[in-house]
Amino acid sequence: MKYLTEYRDPQQVSEVLKQLASIVTREWTLMEVCGGQTHSLVRNGLLDMLPSRITMVHGPGCPVCVTPASILDEAVALAMRPDVILCSFGDMLRVPGTEKSLLQAKAEGADVRILYSPLEAVRLAVENPSRQVVFLAVGFETTAPANALSVIQASKLGISNYSILASHVLVPPAMEAILADPDCVVDGFLAAGHVCAIMGTDEYGPIAEKYRVPIVVTGFEPLDLVQGIYMTVAQLEKGEHRVENQYARSVQRTGNTMAMGSIREVFTVSDRSWRGLGLIPNSGHEVKEQYAAYNARLRFGLSTTAVENDGGCISGQIMKGLKKPRQCPFFGTSCKPEHPMGAPMVSSEGACAAYFQYAAESAISE
Amino acid sequence: MCLAIPGKLISITVQLDDTFRQGKVSFGGVVKEVNLFLVPEARVGDYVLVHVGVAISVIDEEEAERTFYYLQQMGEVANEIPD
Ligand code: SF4
Repeated sequence: MKYLTEYRDPQQVSEVLKQLASIVTREWTLMEVCGGQTHSLVRNGLLDMLPSRITMVHGPGCPVCVTPASILDEAVALAMRPDVILCSFGDMLRVPGTEKSLLQAKAEGADVRILYSPLEAVRLAVENPSRQVVFLAVGFETTAPANALSVIQASKLGISNYSILASHVLVPPAMEAILADPDCVVDGFLAAGHVCAIMGTDEYGPIAEKYRVPIVVTGFEPLDLVQGIYMTVAQLEKGEHRVENQYARSVQRTGNTMAMGSIREVFTVSDRSWRGLGLIPNSGHEVKEQYAAYNARLRFGLSTTAVENDGGCISGQIMKGLKKPRQCPFFGTSCKPEHPMGAPMVSSEGACAAYFQYAAESAISE
Repeated sequence: MCLAIPGKLISITVQLDDTFRQGKVSFGGVVKEVNLFLVPEARVGDYVLVHVGVAISVIDEEEAERTFYYLQQMGEVANEIPD
């Protein structure tokens, strides 16, 4: 097994789809939480292959999309300082801040670097002792352990020129915010497989119970996705609402204890503003006091107050499943990947960019 | 962004301090240096799931087989799964 190609077999995908069609008796709306799943569903044309009574809506699980403009503004302000090397995952560079993106700051001479891993930023700090290296630490529970590990490594190495600008978000509070909305349209969830690889599945039981929704932890390959959808619909058709795990090859119920330990070591749960969704209590991470020296906000005395103004972008309604990207008046006209108005048009895991990129190849049904 | 890719752990290169435990992981022939702190149980030959340079989980072969068995039960999988 290679754990990849086996899950892309079109023959098996179509057989699961046939089974799915045979059990659907009414309309259901499912939300895939993770942007990676959105990307895979759209890229593989799966949305067109599903039975017409099943509607997929695309959740808030793209960290790039939900990072508020205020944090981009902080990152831009840091990047403009001559003593700072601002590092980030590549996806973040084109996300619009209030005035400019990191890419624009870079064009104006800021030292902005794209890294694959936060651990590379620690190395960069070692190599550049006279500069301050700041890592823009975005991400869900999947990415938090790696970002935490960078702080732990820096602390062990006794490095004093490394810090992170934490912008972590947590999935379960966002799912609750969506479910608690009186306009909620979601009948069942595909939970984000890699978030659960870290955190396990126990957090979802109370949510499934309280809102009476099935939650199926699902992987990212075509076969994973159609199987996850099948399992969710099978529960819905039977009137059940349990947590199930389609992605057991990578997700244990108890999660990864080392990873959770690293998160707890460095971060504490805090309120967080989500672009499009607003403030959600206890939905993010901030660096613990014990590691204050590695908190860029404290080190550089940043203030976090900014007015969020997305100029008409309806990403919040899209992430709640109330609208589809094509229902946005700006989609494909004034908002395109080259000049995004909102973050979901930036990252290939944002619903708007995913629809835009693959619309030409497959006529995506509304 | 939460993309994590399975690859085969082919050697362990740094062992000294657990925080810095590293290994070489092959992604279909492309070999990368990966941090192994979060997967102390990982052994050479295991498939690990790698996210932003850090292995976050060891892929469970039995569970993977079970997924296919389940599909077979549904009457789905006609052919043997190639290794
Ligand atoms: S198309 Fe652009 S403006 Fe409209 S919701 Fe998507 S990102 Fe926002």
